[in-house]
This record gives sequence, structure tokens and C-alpha cells, in this order.
Amino acid sequence: MADFLFYLFAFLTVLAAMGVVVNRNAVNAAMCLLLSFAGVAALFTMLDSGLLAFVFLLVYAGAVVVLFLFVVMLLDVQGGDPRKPYQPITAAAAGVALALLTTGLLSLAERGRLPGSVPAAAPGFKEFAARLFTTYLLPVEVTGFLLLIAMLGVVVLSKRLETRGAVK
Amino acid sequence: MTEFFANLHPVILGLLKGLAVICVIFPIAGACSMAERKVSAWLQGRYGPNRVIVPWFAWIPFLGRGLQRLGVFNLLADGGKLLFKEDPLPGHVNKFYFMIAPGIAMIPAFTTVAVVPFGAYLDAAGRVVPLMLANVDVGLLAVFAIASLGIYSMILAGWASNSKYPFLGSVRASAQLISYELSLTISVLPVFLLINRPGMPATLSLVEVVQQQSGVFPSWHGLWLVFVMPVSALIFLVALFAETNRLPFDMIESEADLVGGFHTEYGSFKWSLFFVAEYSHMTVGSGVFVLLFFGGWNPLPWVPLATVVHWLGLQGWPVLVGAISIVIFLAKVLFMIFFFMWVRWTVPRFRYDQVMRIGWRGLLPLSLLNLVVYALVIALLQKAG
Repeated sequence: MADFLFYLFAFLTVLAAMGVVVNRNAVNAAMCLLLSFAGVAALFTMLDSGLLAFVFLLVYAGAVVVLFLFVVMLLDVQGGDPRKPYQPITAAAAGVALALLTTGLLSLAERGRLPGSVPAAAPGFKEFAARLFTTYLLPVEVTGFLLLIAMLGVVVLSKRLETRGAVK
Repeated sequence: MTEFFANLHPVILGLLKGLAVICVIFPIAGACSMAERKVSAWLQGRYGPNRVIVPWFAWIPFLGRGLQRLGVFNLLADGGKLLFKEDPLPGHVNKFYFMIAPGIAMIPAFTTVAVVPFGAYLDAAGRVVPLMLANVDVGLLAVFAIASLGIYSMILAGWASNSKYPFLGSVRASAQLISYELSLTISVLPVFLLINRPGMPATLSLVEVVQQQSGVFPSWHGLWLVFVMPVSALIFLVALFAETNRLPFDMIESEADLVGGFHTEYGSFKWSLFFVAEYSHMTVGSGVFVLLFFGGWNPLPWVPLATVVHWLGLQGWPVLVGAISIVIFLAKVLFMIFFFMWVRWTVPRFRYDQVMRIGWRGLLPLSLLNLVVYALVIALLQKAG
């Protein structure tokens, strides 16, 4: 049963992720992304980590994809990119991606090791909170600041355009 | 009888329980649409629906006419009409998303019910056992996560309709729901700061929140959290109105400027599915509000369920106690739904810019301040005692 569910959700996740890349309609791609996130959340649940699954759903499916859709609708990009989908540069990019993927898989096969002992119970809220506020405090804060800077940049750029329009 | 149910396969048992809960939620959602019309009429000094009657019922003295005046049969007439009238499919829509949007609306609306406790009984040892479909330890987080998916039906419905007003409605939907989700989530954090005591396993469970209000802990005597955290309750309530698209926050379908908002192009059964979903969101939202701040299944503040059971001498009757707790909880939820309708005809609809201002400049700073103050006070109290 568990194996079957794993294959089902893994297949769903990967298939939907491919749908994101292949789809030319931006709304379809966003919906595929949503489906893929649902699959990942289901995989988290199967690993007995309900907390991660629901936080993932809340943040990514409940907010991030909504914002994607919001932007897609505002820009009204329905037809997708008018350029040809496959160009010489696509082949180069695919080659680089394939090389990176192969390197990653090879290094995983060569040096990858599972931790000796797997904790019996899934970590609870306290574990996550303690780690976030001690060991991983700096990365979390730095990532937060990066996002904040990006947001401020967007605000500044869009404001400038607006005032220039007003001057005209 | 009990053994028969206990011996069933867990999957079948879960399915049966789920069906039972849906069989309660779906009629409540239907009856809400009727109650909405009757309450609206009452608040505006009209009679409201009072004509429809099934032929044979007219022969019953008093009762038949009474039910007719109450407009009970209008529910059947409405349901019949929505089922049998033509289901239009405009030519300019994106058919796939147009068809699945009402279905998507139903999924989160009914899934959230699974993790909300709706009653409790006392077992042989006198402990409180909650009645719910899935007692997951993430509790409220699951409700928020699943309920946040409800927005997709509105976005997709508006976008797939491929016309101006529904589209504006769905763009407003995405902005409004994301804005108020922040305040909604932050406003409940003080509650969980309070119930997560040091040295106990961490929890986000709604059952634990009700236990806090059931007088289990000494020096707390069944005090409802609304008296301890009125600001949290107020922010949660306002954000709940915004999240369920109820007036004065129904920017998404505001018929004064958007015809019908996201469901302008919908008709008959598909249209009614959106409303079943909206009322079901209201029911679940009211339920969570009652559990968090108004004592859940405890009848009165300072009078927990266990005390009442003790007075009545019902310790050996778990089924009866369970039924009483469900009735108390449902009564509170129905009052909250009435409150939703009451506010609808009392407060006029906000303008869109006002909605955004209230969300970002009013509720969000207030909820952050509220969180910081309660965090400090709770930390000091825990240090002292």
C-alpha cells in the first residue's frame, strides 16, 4: 500500500513538474505547479511529517502560486512566448543541464551516504523551532533579507516609472 | 452494534464517518441559503419567502401553514430549480477550467471539516475524548493550509469566464484573500503561545485549545479565551469575514460594481456549488472561531461540559454526552452564521481601497502588536509562576 502510494505521488509530482516546463499557456503551467506541490506535500505526509506537508501547502500552494496566477492574469500572457520553442541555444542549455544532472547523480552514487541512524519519530514543532532559532538562524535571516531587498527593488523601480509618466 | 462498527476496516470506517459529516454539512449549507433570505427579510422588515408549500402539507393544521410562513419549502423549490434549469455554457469561456472551478470550490470546503473537532464525550475514566474525523497534531495549521486552497476556484472561475467583470472579481479575490490570511494567522498565535506550556509536547491542536477553556488546568476555571484575548478574537473575526467573502468584504462578487463578480457567467447547478462552498467555509470558519475563543462544546463560560455532565449524572452515557456536546457546539456555530448575516445588513460594503487599507494598515500592525504584547506577558507570567 505504502509503496503503491509512493509511486503514485512521485509519478504525479514528476509528471506535473514536466507539465510546468512544457506548457506554453502560463495558467496551465501554474496549475501544473500546484498539482506538483500537492504531490510533494503528499510525499511529506508519507514520511510522517505532517507539519512540513501543511506548511508547504500553506506557503507554496496557498500563497506563492496564487501570486503567480495574479501576475500572469495582470500581464495577461495567454499565448506564451511567440518565439520558436526549440532553438540552437535550447540544445546547448539541455546539454549543460544533462551534464549537471549526470554529475550530480554520479557524485550521489559515489559518495552519497544515508545517515547511520534514522530518528524513530518524526521531529515535532519544538525540534523545528529550536533548529530554526539556533543552528539555522543566520541562513533563514539572510534569505529573508534577500527577498526583502528584491521586493524593495521592485517597489523602487515601479515607483520611478510612475513618476516619469506623471511628468509627461 | 458498536462492535460491528469497531470491527470494520479503518478505510471503510473513515469513509462512513466522512459521509456522515458531509451529510450534515451539505444540508447546513443549503439551509443557510434559506436562512439568509429569511434573516435578510426579518432585518429589513419584510416577510421574506412565505408562499411555497408541498400540497399534502397544507392539510396538516397549524404545522403545515407554520412551515410555509417560515419558508422551509422554499429550500426544496430552490434546489429543484437549480437542478433542473438549463445549465448555460457561454461560447467564449475556457471550457476546461470553467467546468472544474465549481468542483475545485467544493474540495477544500469539505476537506477542512475533517480536522475540526465538533464535540466530545467523557470516557470511563472521566477524560474528555474529542469527536472528529482526523485528530492530526498539526490541527489548526491543516485547516489554514487546506482553506487557503479555496481561492483557486474563484481565480479560475473568473479567469476562465473570459470577460471583464468576472476577471476583475478574481483579481480582487487573489489580492484580498492573501492580504487577510496574514492577519488571520498571526491573530491566533497568542492562543497557542498560551496553551503550549514549557515541558509539554508542542501542539497546534484545536482540542487542546478547548481543553484550556474546559477548566482542566487549575486557576483557569473554564474561562473562555475571548475574555483573555479580545483583540485576537476581533482580528480573527474581521479576517474571517474577509476570507469567506462575506459583506462588508465581498469585493469578489460585489454586485453593485461587478454584476456578480467571479460567478457572473455561471448559472444553475454550477452557480449553486459556489454557494454551497461559501456557506460551508462559513460553517467551518465559525466552528474554528467558536473552538478558539468561545469555549467549543462548553455550554457557558466558567461552566465546562464536565461540570454539567456531573450535575446531570450522565457519566455512564457517553453517547448522550456526545450528542449534547454536538448540539451545544452546533448552536454556537449557527449563532455565528446568524451573526454573519446580521453584519451583512448592518455594515455597508467597503470600497476596494478601504479593504486593502484595513487589511495592511489596520489589522496587520494590530495583530503584530497584539502578538508581541501577549508573547511578553505570557513569558513573564511563566517565569513568575
